[in-house]
Amino acid sequence: MTKKAFNPDVDAPKWKGGYHPYDIVKEGSIAIAVILVLTLVLAIVFGSPDEKAITIKTWSNAAPLDFANTALEELNGTSTTAAYGAPYNTASTGQQLGPLQLAKWVGVRIPVNAAKDFVISPLKSLPDQPTLDHQLAVWSAASSSTKNAWLTSYGKAKVSFVNGQVVANTTSAGPVPVMINQLTQMARSGALDQALVTGHGFYTTDYTKPLLFLADSEYLPGLAQHQHLTGDQWGMMNETGNYPGQSWLWLYTFWYQIPPFKTSANADVLVWGLMMVLSAVLLLVPFIPGLRSVPRKLKLYRLIWREHYQETE
Amino acid sequence: MSSSEIERQWTTRLRHRVEGKLPPEKMLPDTQPNYVSSWIYVFGVATMSALFVVIATGCILALRGPQWWHGSAYGHFINSLHLWSVEIFFFSMVVHLWGKFAMAAWRGGRALTWMTGVITFLASVATAFTGYVSQSNFDSQWISTQAKDGINATGAGAYFNVLNLGQMLMWHIVLLPLAAVVLTALHIVLVRIKGVVPPFEENPVVENAEVTQ
Repeated sequence: MTKKAFNPDVDAPKWKGGYHPYDIVKEGSIAIAVILVLTLVLAIVFGSPDEKAITIKTWSNAAPLDFANTALEELNGTSTTAAYGAPYNTASTGQQLGPLQLAKWVGVRIPVNAAKDFVISPLKSLPDQPTLDHQLAVWSAASSSTKNAWLTSYGKAKVSFVNGQVVANTTSAGPVPVMINQLTQMARSGALDQALVTGHGFYTTDYTKPLLFLADSEYLPGLAQHQHLTGDQWGMMNETGNYPGQSWLWLYTFWYQIPPFKTSANADVLVWGLMMVLSAVLLLVPFIPGLRSVPRKLKLYRLIWREHYQETE
Repeated sequence: MSSSEIERQWTTRLRHRVEGKLPPEKMLPDTQPNYVSSWIYVFGVATMSALFVVIATGCILALRGPQWWHGSAYGHFINSLHLWSVEIFFFSMVVHLWGKFAMAAWRGGRALTWMTGVITFLASVATAFTGYVSQSNFDSQWISTQAKDGINATGAGAYFNVLNLGQMLMWHIVLLPLAAVVLTALHIVLVRIKGVVPPFEENPVVENAEVTQ
């Protein structure tokens, strides 16, 4: 039987030196007390942020034309959600990691039909609206080409917000002006928030649809920009106010700030792929020749164990 | 029942195995090797202590439900404690991790200790993230709508829907803390079994080394 050669980056010398008293229970108790006091001081001095959540009601009242434009994009299929792809719909292939179309392969697991879920179904839920019901019937009976012509006409028209109404300067948009205006009225009353949240019944904790609708707006990113939360402001690791946020995500957020990720259409999947590789490398450091030698060559350990080396030299 | 029959029992075998691997004097030691004498060692116990405060404040928040802290000054203060204990937890853990890297703390058959530490760090990042997206305020709205694109791009978003408040809250208060605590416990048990890694031997002649087979 041959004895394995000693590898300084894998094996450790057996300790033949002395020992000193060590009260692990006392150390643990003191540590908890110190951390508790430190936490109390930080919480009292700095508090924590709690910027109130926005609603579709607040959005549509603060920026009715942005809401109307977003509703049009949901209807004509040009919004981010409508054109997203998996897991919401099949409108696009989604991001690719080289030849891997991961999202597409997993498929549509959280179905979202932007036009139907965000516009048509909420409007249909409004009671006692004969004019709207008629316009919705006209919409449903129309061919795709007719719908597209109406939507194009509405998109080219000058749209304004006058006396609480969304008004489009066009006569060739079919039922679209009534639909957009009625949806805006519904949103401004708060009824659309409820209609989107309660889609699965009375009890729900799933806010996927209202959040997707909000995220399609210009309003939400505008507020985020003001709070220094957007992607080019290292937003993923920040939170509202002057708080440290998720600073441990600095490396993940860093990649979004530099090429090729900054300009890539596949930035998300590329950054995730890279972070998974780096996490695996960190996990497997003990088994990676060269990398596991770095601590021995850096000699930072001499600072940590300086007393030991002073005694042995 | 004969004594040999008792010795063959699974329970008896497990007890002998635990006694052999982790006797009480190793689990709760009253001495340490002399080289365990640096401020860097403080950050391991600081991480555990911060985790204790994180869990305690999280339990208080859980008592009155997820919306309570928005409308109560006391609840908001508990939320502040929860936030800052998390910040201290991550600061301590990152310093601990890099300190252990500088010591090459995986040496002497401690690779599994290193790996459980790294997995605990990753599980903690996920736990904190699900906390941020389940706060039910503007931060959670923005962070979840931004983060969905990254997770969706990997295909995982189909099953881990960051826009689903109920799902994220369950992951935050049940599944991920459970994983983090179990991993931390495993990490500590491994540290106690193997002991603290000794300094590098700068003398090339090494006798009685802990050679990993």
